[in-house]
Amino acid sequence: MNSYYNSDDLKKFGNVADFQKEMGEKFFSYYGEVFKDSALTAREKSLIALAVSHAVQCPYCIDAYSSDAYEKGWSEAQMMEAVHVACAIRGGASLVHGVQMMNKVKEIAM
Amino acid sequence: MIKSLKARKSVLADVSEQIHILEDRQRNEFPLVPFQQKLEQSGLFPLRPTDLQVFQVNLGKMCNQVCKHCHVDAGPDRKEIMTRSTMQQCLEVLRAHPQLTTVDLTGGAPEMNPDFRWFVEEISDLGKHIIVRCNLTILLANKKYHDLPDFYKMHRVEVVSSLPFYTRDRTDRQRGDGVFDDSIQALRWLNQAGYGMDGTNLILNLVYNPAGSFLPAAQEALESEYKQALMKDFGIRFNNLFAITNLPISRFLDYLLQSGNYERYMEKLVAAYNPAAAANVMCRNTISIGWDGYLYDCDFNQMLDLKVSCSSQHISDFDTGMLNDRNIIIGQHCYGCTAGAGSSCGGAVV
Repeated sequence: MNSYYNSDDLKKFGNVADFQKEMGEKFFSYYGEVFKDSALTAREKSLIALAVSHAVQCPYCIDAYSSDAYEKGWSEAQMMEAVHVACAIRGGASLVHGVQMMNKVKEIAM
Repeated sequence: MIKSLKARKSVLADVSEQIHILEDRQRNEFPLVPFQQKLEQSGLFPLRPTDLQVFQVNLGKMCNQVCKHCHVDAGPDRKEIMTRSTMQQCLEVLRAHPQLTTVDLTGGAPEMNPDFRWFVEEISDLGKHIIVRCNLTILLANKKYHDLPDFYKMHRVEVVSSLPFYTRDRTDRQRGDGVFDDSIQALRWLNQAGYGMDGTNLILNLVYNPAGSFLPAAQEALESEYKQALMKDFGIRFNNLFAITNLPISRFLDYLLQSGNYERYMEKLVAAYNPAAAANVMCRNTISIGWDGYLYDCDFNQMLDLKVSCSSQHISDFDTGMLNDRNIIIGQHCYGCTAGAGSSCGGAVV
């Protein structure tokens, strides 16, 4: 194994059911259901998935949902804005803890 | 403007090289399941015609555009044009075969054939349903084409037009700078003539095809986005959207090879093989006629110069008995018509 990540492994995602069939199948059935047109369209869900892929920094998901979102008609600018949303939330998540830091410092400082 | 493969003297201008890449090289360098094997598993091999209904005629390879994905390798430099005598042979066949209810005229830009209007009038007199695959920009290309919307209207022609996307950027990247703006203007003219408008029964269908190495999204969803965007941004209406997959031949094959996407794209097509789409492929009810009168199973086989596999190979020898009894020629390129919801000149097939 030369690398922890191999792009060809994305095609083998379905194989995870080989080691635990029942849970694997339940997951993929749920996954398929989640991405169907419903209260949100499949197109909208694809852009959300793209943003989340960046938030969780999953290279497989980024690969899959960059293609999927583009195929579903989102433009490059819209896709990058979605990535910025992920970035802003991640950055904000760090920064908002600054309040905790401030609280602590105020607690101990003279 | 890019040039045709022929003008560039590309090795792919020789169709045997395209077939070599699709069949031999694929087998040796990155093995994919042969299309025949997939059809066998689906109980569809040999692939047979169902009932000939659509008579698709390529009026020539000449076009005012040079699109990056064109499977015809059409362009202004292409001089192959159907003659009036070949058209007359087509008319004789159409007259003798009432089951051929639809005549689908394509090119190139079919309107650039000097006998185009005469041919449409003659077919119209036979009472056939006529489809013209109009690239839209031809309407603006020269004054002599400005009245085409009225001409189409007079003969109740169904207009099918490529608009790869509802944004300028993606459309122009595939079809050339300025094509989107001209296409929008042409669509306005067609709307003004009544095309795509409620209650007129003048049909204007648009064609989506991916501007890159990917498959079309769901046709229904795309249609709804197109309708919303074209109405909101330009006040344009149309009837239906056909989502068409790019087949890996001609200039799209060139793009795939040049961009390093060929293998991935082929793998994607194979992975998306759908037996239900295979059962409904257009070659089962369509016959494709080349600019020189030769007969093919479909427009794509025509561009690969794969003539029908029976003795009735030319419009002058048109024999429905033989044509209905033939085996349709298949190859690895056929995966393009069987991926996902399938693809045909009328869009998805399932």
